[in-house]
Amino acid sequence: MPYLSMHTKPEIQRPISNAFIVLSVLAALFLNGLPWEGIWLILRPDFVALVMLYWCMHKPLRVGIGLSWAVGILADVADASLFGQHALAYTLLAFGGVVLHRRLQMFDLRQQTIQVFGIFALTYAVYALVNWQVNDYVVWPYFLGCLTSTLLWTPLSIMFQAMRQKRVDRNRS
Amino acid sequence: MIDSTQSFRFFNRGPSPVARLVFFAVLSLLLLFVDARYRYLESTRSALSVLVSPIQWLATLPSALWQQADDFFITQSTQRGLIKQNDDLSQRHQSDAAQLLQLQALQLENQQLRNLAALPIRNEFTSQLVEVIYAERDVFKRKVLINKGADADVRIGQVVMDDIGIVGQITRVYPWLSEVTLITEKDHAVPVQVLRNGLRTIVFGAGDTSQLSLRYMPVSADIQNDDVLVTSGIDGIYPPGLPVARVVKIERDAAYPFAHVTCLPVAGVDKHRHLLILSSLPKLPERPDEKSAAADADNRVKVRRNN
Repeated sequence: MPYLSMHTKPEIQRPISNAFIVLSVLAALFLNGLPWEGIWLILRPDFVALVMLYWCMHKPLRVGIGLSWAVGILADVADASLFGQHALAYTLLAFGGVVLHRRLQMFDLRQQTIQVFGIFALTYAVYALVNWQVNDYVVWPYFLGCLTSTLLWTPLSIMFQAMRQKRVDRNRS
Repeated sequence: MIDSTQSFRFFNRGPSPVARLVFFAVLSLLLLFVDARYRYLESTRSALSVLVSPIQWLATLPSALWQQADDFFITQSTQRGLIKQNDDLSQRHQSDAAQLLQLQALQLENQQLRNLAALPIRNEFTSQLVEVIYAERDVFKRKVLINKGADADVRIGQVVMDDIGIVGQITRVYPWLSEVTLITEKDHAVPVQVLRNGLRTIVFGAGDTSQLSLRYMPVSADIQNDDVLVTSGIDGIYPPGLPVARVVKIERDAAYPFAHVTCLPVAGVDKHRHLLILSSLPKLPERPDEKSAAADADNRVKVRRNN
């Protein structure tokens, strides 16, 4: 499995353009906005959280806690949740990503996935905690979403890595 | 020599992650508190929704396109289905038309009787057809978003129903969208009457299931399975007489003062795409002030004592 043991490539990668980051976040908001219903809604991975965590881990100097908070506010508006509910969760997520980014970058994807699961679980727990404080109840199947999000970590990393790689190749030729 | 324990910074990267975390977490908590307690931020929300709504609109496109493609490729079997559906609908329309005529006669009669009894006439309500754009993408909530907003004069508090019964209430209005809270939302209350005997009560949403419950029903209350609950109309928000729910289970436990009554909504709360918004409901007379009512009562007592 060449991909699973893939470390972040030591070779110099072409810098990610801001447009690429913005587009990926918009695409994540779009995916979150698809009409998910019933069991699919419960199993829906949080694409925005995934993408934000990816960028916080790989570009901690450009995508950090402040930007994640702002994206969280947008997610709050899109989901009609309380102002600050997603923002608080994504703030913690970004903090996890930024603080652990050196360690996570040393790991291969399998080890990363385990660490990432912890961060997602924390994020989901904060969201559910806020809901519990405000509305006095918790929907436990909600936490299944953090499992599916974690499962998507490997495909997402490979996809973004490949996209970055391709840009380098195109540039060379 | 640079001391390795001392953090020596060549580049200024602003405040440390911990400082940022604390700052933004406190900001979020503050916003949460303000939004949950006071609801001051609705205008900010509708302003930001203009930013997000293109993405939301894009997100509804795939399913809309899929539906259109589905409509386009109508095969032989579905055509037969359509013909059958058409027949059914026209049959139903005929039977409904007869009932409608009867209803109009009854309405006239009711109006005359109310005139005779000098009761105010119940206003007719007009309705507005809307389409559900999407269900709320939040496991914790029972809400849907519909395709008309402030531009179509939708207002907060208006009642939403389908062809069978009450579905919910408008709780938030955006420029081009509005949000409907379904009656199954946790703690959403609808004042109702039991159709069979006119018993007044309030039905609450259960939240995590699509059920409703009656909370403050005495154990001895006259309520049975399959009783239909209709809106009582005494709140001035819901028009009277619209079906809301049907009782499916009653648990009478002598240990508790109240019976545990479970109901299911009559309307297809989670099903349909098209809904009706009811507008121009009757204005009820203002509720008297608690204080002035108390003062009145005091005066009356004094007058009685004086006599």
